[in-house]
Amino acid sequence: MKTKGRENLDLVFKFVFKGTGFLTIALLAGIFFMLIFNSANFFNNVGLAAFFSGNHWDPESKYSVLPLLVSTFLVTLGSMLIAIPLGILSAAFLSEVASKNAKAILKPIIEMLAAVPSVAIGFIGIVVVGPGLSNIFGLQNGLNALNGSILLAVMALPTIITISEDAINAVPLTHREASFALGANKWETLFKITLPAAMPGLIAAVMLGLGRALGETMTVLMATGNASVMPKGFLDSVRTITSTIAIEMGEVPYQTTHYFSLFAIAALLFLISLIINFLGEYFAQRLRKFHA
Amino acid sequence: MKSKIGTFFIWVVLVGSTALVCLFLGVILWDIFSKGLPGITLDFIFKLPTKGMTQGGILPAIFGTLLLTLITTLFAVPFGVACATYLNEYARPTLITNVIRASIRNLAGVPSIIYGLFGLALFVQALNLGTSLLSAGLTLGLLSLPYIITTTEEALKRIPNSLREATLALGITQFEMIKDVILPKALPGIMTGVILTLSRAAGETAPILFTGVAFFVNGGAGSLNSEFMALPYHLYMLSTQHASIELVRPLAYGTAVVLIALVFLLNTFAYFLRYKYRTQN
Repeated sequence: MKTKGRENLDLVFKFVFKGTGFLTIALLAGIFFMLIFNSANFFNNVGLAAFFSGNHWDPESKYSVLPLLVSTFLVTLGSMLIAIPLGILSAAFLSEVASKNAKAILKPIIEMLAAVPSVAIGFIGIVVVGPGLSNIFGLQNGLNALNGSILLAVMALPTIITISEDAINAVPLTHREASFALGANKWETLFKITLPAAMPGLIAAVMLGLGRALGETMTVLMATGNASVMPKGFLDSVRTITSTIAIEMGEVPYQTTHYFSLFAIAALLFLISLIINFLGEYFAQRLRKFHA
Repeated sequence: MKSKIGTFFIWVVLVGSTALVCLFLGVILWDIFSKGLPGITLDFIFKLPTKGMTQGGILPAIFGTLLLTLITTLFAVPFGVACATYLNEYARPTLITNVIRASIRNLAGVPSIIYGLFGLALFVQALNLGTSLLSAGLTLGLLSLPYIITTTEEALKRIPNSLREATLALGITQFEMIKDVILPKALPGIMTGVILTLSRAAGETAPILFTGVAFFVNGGAGSLNSEFMALPYHLYMLSTQHASIELVRPLAYGTAVVLIALVFLLNTFAYFLRYKYRTQN
């Protein structure tokens, strides 16, 4: 090929590659404006006050997001109460205690756990966790917030463990050596030196796990019973924002208030995820600066 | 003495936590495979469902998932690789590149059901593709993009700069260098990321709920603009929505086995590639 032709081709592809970069911005902006635009239609009809008050989500008449929001927070909170200690302790075990051979077995196990599709975990909620909970607590069925929390914890664990382990590994060896030199034993060093030093990374890990649990749809849809009332505790059936969208979007006629209402709750979920991502990113940056 | 007991206690807590995490995977796999494997026969995999889904096989769901993943690949891989190439080979650290990187990170954190809504608004309605295999495949493609971009960029980063400099010194253009030297060299790394992303996409349900998946499609379908069946949605419907749930429980277990086996197969292949690639370099 002539030099001129080659140079032109080079220029063309430079713009093609650059264009794909800009398309990712367009994609995020597109999602954002799609949510805002459709939500605006909803808020014109219903109003913010009605959205953020009351305690019934009863489409066609009552559009209060509060029971859905409380459900989402309850399930996610439960999952974090389980996943944060388990995840960080497992990460500490992996990086500070486990032998090379043990790691070679444990790491693939954690990667396999991350690969199990959410719908299969939801299925386990129905056939294993649900009956188990109904036996233990003497309930009619075990489809409730606790069930969802346990499953979401399982889903968030691989994320939390992997990133926490990276964070713990990134703490310089000199910190540990200094601690040992002062007479601290292995565990004192772990809990008083290494984990606090890894804190920004641990927080980033928790934020990413939290984001995953918060946005998960299929597991909570299958395992939490989906009663759209204000939940009172972990043994109540709950209906999260994600399940509500999944259940109702399939049946609702397009371009109605009910249809737009689902975009409004999605916009709220989007904003919450965005904030959590920013927090996670902020702490991940601090970790990078700290070790730079 | 006191500290010895304390030390032992902490050791037990750490080992216990890790063991519990492993137990979770054990319970999931044990329950699904012990109850599902007996139902896996050739008929189950290669026959159509019959009698209102209470008997027969799940061939259309397997076929649908494979086609769906193929469309996702065709859309997301060129797009994602091109974007990663831009970020790693062309972009200088300017404000715009930072915005692009921030967008990608945030796209990875957007809940999958919101991709479903976006696919519904963009592909099904605005572009008028209807609820179809194509709409669902494109939606899953968008969801996969951030992961493909991130993993491809990691693969490109591992290629030493000396190789770029040596190639450019031969008088080749930048595009030719990328096409003939950089991308072929990074291919195993890119493939690993792509396959892992696809295995995740194949198991996704929420983004395809409103963009084209159906519980039953007459004749198995297979055209781009018709609705389709998919394994994860099939499992969801069989385990929660079917009129006689207890009757179809064995079918649900069978579907779960096939879905998990498919995902693990893809993952194993990806890890094999990664292992081979790392030991080669």
